[in-house]
Amino acid sequence: MITVLFFAGQQELIGEDKLKRNESQMKISDLKTKLMEEYPKLSLQNTMTAINEEYAEDDRIVEDNDIVAFIPPVSGG
Amino acid sequence: MEIYKITADEIDVNAVINSVIHPEAGAINTFIGTVREFTKGKQTVSLQYEAYPSMAEKQLKRIGHEISEKWPGVQSSIVHRIGKLAISDIAVVIAVASPHRAESYEASRYAIERIKQIVPIWKKEYWVNGQEWIGDQLEKTAYPNGKPEEDSK
Repeated sequence: MITVLFFAGQQELIGEDKLKRNESQMKISDLKTKLMEEYPKLSLQNTMTAINEEYAEDDRIVEDNDIVAFIPPVSGG
Repeated sequence: MEIYKITADEIDVNAVINSVIHPEAGAINTFIGTVREFTKGKQTVSLQYEAYPSMAEKQLKRIGHEISEKWPGVQSSIVHRIGKLAISDIAVVIAVASPHRAESYEASRYAIERIKQIVPIWKKEYWVNGQEWIGDQLEKTAYPNGKPEEDSK
């Protein structure tokens, strides 16, 4: 089981701040593709990803119990 | 004691400044980011900042670490507010204490630019006639590897 977190506009689009999913042992890029198929309006193309609060590259494998956060372009400051 | 914090409360500017004071410092530079009313002719009524707080604090700490590596002897604190903010409210305070003045300006500038690259904080602007999450400028920001650049320079 993994936890997927959404923020800002993506969170509004999905209507949830978090999803519990059964996927693991899957590349981040594949998880992104899968979610975009399920939510056709969701774009994760230009979205960074963090695993357990550290930025991770798209080819990183998501392990069981990981917290995957999708980070759309940030606008703090 | 350096502070790297996300808070829903009003920021105590003096507390941020006091946190970087140290005997080797000869300069303290304080940057205060406030909510602007007009952006490119559009009138903002209020702003809402949202964060991934636990990760955002780690990233602020990382910026502090990058600063101390680039400018040895420089201490920094960064506090960013989240929630609903009105015009002129303080959104972010950066305090940098350094042995000499030049590094305090450079490090302060570095901190704010880095915040805009790597810290998971998002701003939603409420205008007189609409609202929008800022930053989701799909054509402008691309992350080919899914993560930000290691360093801004």
